[in-house]
Amino acid sequence: MAHFQKKSAKTKQDVPTSAMPDIVFMLLIFFMVTTVLREVELRVQIQYTDAENIEKIEQKRLISYIYIGPERLDGGQLGDTKVQIDDALIEDMGAIRTLMYDKLLDEPRLIVSLRVDHETEMGVVTDVQQELRHAETRRINYSTLRQQE
Amino acid sequence: MFKNKRSREMGEINGSSLADIAFLLLIFFLVVTTIDIDTGIGLVLPPIPDDIEPPPVHERNMMRILVNASGMIQMDDDPVSVVEVKQRVKDFIDNPTNDVNLAESPQDAIVSIKTDRATEYNIYIDMLDEVTGAYNELRDAASQAQFGVPYSSLDDDSEQQDLIREQYPKQLSIAEPDEG
Repeated sequence: MAHFQKKSAKTKQDVPTSAMPDIVFMLLIFFMVTTVLREVELRVQIQYTDAENIEKIEQKRLISYIYIGPERLDGGQLGDTKVQIDDALIEDMGAIRTLMYDKLLDEPRLIVSLRVDHETEMGVVTDVQQELRHAETRRINYSTLRQQE
Repeated sequence: MFKNKRSREMGEINGSSLADIAFLLLIFFLVVTTIDIDTGIGLVLPPIPDDIEPPPVHERNMMRILVNASGMIQMDDDPVSVVEVKQRVKDFIDNPTNDVNLAESPQDAIVSIKTDRATEYNIYIDMLDEVTGAYNELRDAASQAQFGVPYSSLDDDSEQQDLIREQYPKQLSIAEPDEG
């Protein structure tokens, strides 16, 4: 018995921690690189709808977003349905055509992601789609969440 | 005299708190990061028709899905519920019994979705989801039969994928909105 005790007493049990800052820095750099801070401020309220048969868009650089939903007013109230592209609310539907056409010239493989509130009436969406057809930006994607089973 | 003083001032910066600072930054970025992948239903809108007449489509090759403002669905002339849609679309495209009222072949089949202006968006997406689901299931079945793997595990833009896509081309038509 004494023999075993002697052996266990001799082993050193310290884990070397000198490499920990390196590991932490590596993780830090990873997260710094992957972080995308939100670049647009949403001025419309959007609650996504969900669907089962969805696909991922891998090339994020190609995507341009159009937000459609009730406008956020002061005091947390919701107004009429509005269309937002980049940072601005679009008052005149005809402006979408020129805006999107300019974007298409910059990026010929443009995908337009429509982020629409689930209670929006289809009339507005159809109008936006018509404008997109006029602008020839025909690749679209209805942004939805994955349906929870 | 000065020399002596300088050598005394040389000290090491204490590096033990470096890990703490790094941890703090790490936690900040962990909290701020949202790795959100864009998911959704992809679609290619039809071009604006020039004055050229669209090619004639046989009545039997066209599946008309109408959705009204209160979310009621009509396919070809029958009212249906949402749960029936997928099966009916699959039957229409594949037409296993060679019914004269259903599509001649999957290549000819066109599914057209039309909604009222007051229809809610999520009903439209549900509809689109069901139709996309029908196509996915048909493609999966074809891929399973020919290559032994589901469609989704084929490589993107591979020959096999093209083959299946040719077999079941997704021809969705978003109907022209009514004037006024």
